[in-house]
Amino acid sequence: MDCNVESNVKAIKKSKDEKKVLRKQIKASHTLLKHEGIVTAPQPTKSLVVANGGLGNGVSREELSAVLKEMGEVETLVMPPHKPYAFATFRLEESARKAHTHLNGQKLQCGENSVTLYLSYVNSVICEEELSLHFPEGLVLLEDFVSSEEEALLLAAIDWSSTNDVVTAQKALKHRRVKHYGFEFCYDNNNIDKDKPLHAGLPVECLPVLERCLKNGHIITMPDQLTVNQYESGQGIPPHVDTHSAFEDTILSLSLGSKVVMEFRHPDGRVVPVVLPGRSLLVMKGESRYLWTHGITPRKFDMVPSCDPQSSADITPGLRTNSNLTLSKRDTRTSFTFRKIRHEPCLCAFRSACDSQGAPTAPSPSLPSPPSLPCCHADAARLEEEYVHRVYNAIASHFSSTRHSPWPRVCHFLSSLPAGGVLADVGCGNGKYLGVNTEVIAVGCDRSSALVQICTERGFQAFVSDALSVPLRTAVCDACISIAVIHHFSTQERRLAAVRELVRLLKPGGQALIYVWAFEQEYNKQKSKYLKDQNKQCPENQCLIFDTPEDSQEPNGESGSNSIGCLKDNYKPEDNIQDPFKVTDGKLGVHTNRTAFNTQDLLVPWHLKEGKGPGKGESGENGKMDKRKGKSSNSCSAFSLSSKNIFDCKHDQNPSCDFNISFRSSLDIIDATHSPHFKPSPGDDTTQTSSSNRNSENNAAPVFHRYYHVFQQGELEQLCGQVAGAKVLSSYHDQGNWCVILEKD
Amino acid sequence: MKLLTHNMLTSHVKGVTNGYPLLIKATEVKVNEVDFNPQFVSRMIPKLEWSTLVQAAEELGHRQDLPGELIPDYDKNEEFLKKVHRVLLEVEVIEGCLKCPESGREFPISRGIPNMLLNEDEV
Repeated sequence: MDCNVESNVKAIKKSKDEKKVLRKQIKASHTLLKHEGIVTAPQPTKSLVVANGGLGNGVSREELSAVLKEMGEVETLVMPPHKPYAFATFRLEESARKAHTHLNGQKLQCGENSVTLYLSYVNSVICEEELSLHFPEGLVLLEDFVSSEEEALLLAAIDWSSTNDVVTAQKALKHRRVKHYGFEFCYDNNNIDKDKPLHAGLPVECLPVLERCLKNGHIITMPDQLTVNQYESGQGIPPHVDTHSAFEDTILSLSLGSKVVMEFRHPDGRVVPVVLPGRSLLVMKGESRYLWTHGITPRKFDMVPSCDPQSSADITPGLRTNSNLTLSKRDTRTSFTFRKIRHEPCLCAFRSACDSQGAPTAPSPSLPSPPSLPCCHADAARLEEEYVHRVYNAIASHFSSTRHSPWPRVCHFLSSLPAGGVLADVGCGNGKYLGVNTEVIAVGCDRSSALVQICTERGFQAFVSDALSVPLRTAVCDACISIAVIHHFSTQERRLAAVRELVRLLKPGGQALIYVWAFEQEYNKQKSKYLKDQNKQCPENQCLIFDTPEDSQEPNGESGSNSIGCLKDNYKPEDNIQDPFKVTDGKLGVHTNRTAFNTQDLLVPWHLKEGKGPGKGESGENGKMDKRKGKSSNSCSAFSLSSKNIFDCKHDQNPSCDFNISFRSSLDIIDATHSPHFKPSPGDDTTQTSSSNRNSENNAAPVFHRYYHVFQQGELEQLCGQVAGAKVLSSYHDQGNWCVILEKD
Repeated sequence: MKLLTHNMLTSHVKGVTNGYPLLIKATEVKVNEVDFNPQFVSRMIPKLEWSTLVQAAEELGHRQDLPGELIPDYDKNEEFLKKVHRVLLEVEVIEGCLKCPESGREFPISRGIPNMLLNEDEV
């Protein structure tokens, strides 16, 4: 009797637990659908999606594979990069059922962390099209270039205790150990002092290696400079190009110790992760040396191809593809970078990145020489190229991660469009408005190929073009939107041309919605979100604030109340508009984030925060220390691997919050942010390494400056009023933006 | 790039008066299944340049037997709408280029994205 009662109690308890697991599993499948578009199947199938069993949760292929194999023969295991889930397909449906029964709600221990798995059936496995990754032009990776004996010999040759450059380098690069031979790199001017060779030449232990390089034709002259860097797990180096004027073409980098992933970035936004195994030699020549930046994201784990024999055959050594990824824990890595000092100016073909050929150094936080307001068309185009287009390409993924919630009033406009209408989003950014109204035919364009790439990855139709010349048929559109675009044009003439182009695209009766950033961040006695967010920040953390004008709306900008409704009251004649705020000395000022504007034409900093790693080039050649670094030490946490268990975390009353946490703590923030629903809180301290900063070759400063012309009240209406064949239907102020709806006659 | 997008794109090189339609030179074409929504497709048809669509489908070898002239009462013809659905929404040019019929200027398509940027002297 007693015994019976006990078992009944147990049964009840168990069923409670089961119910809990079921609840969580259903929640997980909803989250997958909502955030990732993964549709789970109600009936058993051979395939399962394993929530929390992803690389993004810190689960390695080996660990997950081991538990799945206990349930039956696994046909495929797909682990999308950075995602908090994985897909497993069993040979038999029965095995999938078994896995579903036995693994649901089970904890999986992964190193020091554990995750709770939730499994749901899926009809088809989303296997992302593998991006065809090619090595940057001129890059060669030679695996097993030195033997283990040579490796030991080389490592023993470096005497860290008697660092001759302890004052300069050791002090500056407190995270990474660095030591120079042959010539010392001077951190003040990002160059070497060619007249001052160091007493210590290259260690003799290096000679056999270098002679092999010569003999095999990897180099034609003997290097005369060596920089040794030692990275502990979690350390890295921001993207940089070795200074052109300092070193000759070929740069050799010998990796000893732990395997690491080095990211190569092209100014056009392409990123190629290259796995550098221990004892491998990386030869950088030509484009890969002069144009692509290289860097190591500070983190403790890398995603690398698994050692699956069937897949490794056709993979270029070192190249990471999207399938068969697993995690590789970092350990101490020492790199030997051999370079040849250059004595003549560099004459490479990559002028945009060449300091010998006049390429400017990076816009540093202090911006030594700010540009002037343009006075002619060509100047304006150059200014926008440098301070708008290049910046957006460089910050694209980070930018995209802060542009997740569509603004309510823009959505309202989009939702009111008739079904079957054609919509063009000119300056579509990451495409956040392209999917708002699924009944319209939406196409987007942006000047930034990196942003357009993000749109395409999300399944939207988009192309690369300039807003002044949109390659769409005249009068093809029922509606156009231009959200936070026209304020990037640096002359009145060009802003006008941008509005004209929108009107050209419209058919008669078609409407265009235009948003520009407002000079008046306080309107009707209400401060915009952009200003308000300042109060949330600690003063000492100013450097961590993202300026994001468009963020000012988030999260749920209550924008309706500010509508001015009546245009006439707000119209100002042209001559009132600009003069009081013109920049006096002709140079553009740099705006202080989250403060009121004091000029209409300005540069707005975008802070790409660096992580834990030191701010300088791998070989220590890259410039000044970021003065703010000491303050940003809290940022490194986002790079370390976390086991945040998104489908089962404390915040599970709010699924979107779960994703937020998990993505920000996942392996690689940059890629994680491609997720359309990555959702940092506004003004939040989202960490990011610099992406391809075209200027980063000389200075890895994580601040970019974007040019803005902020509009005064009435100015946008007045601009639109100059366009023949269209009239302003309404205009309003919406969370620090001026907005109009134009209609074509 | 879907053919729907192609149908709206035109060459905008300075001095070109008839840059439409752009010729497609594809080196990689993919067909992705998309849920068929007959109402959406029939609403789309009046927005299209029909002959451009048929020509583009032909160039890519996906014309099926779409007629040169738009048929009447197409909104009631599900078989027809399915074919239009296929060429408009499922056929995608991944790699290749778009060529301006007048100037011969080629705009590259890479990873499914047409790059329509002009050089300074073309604006």
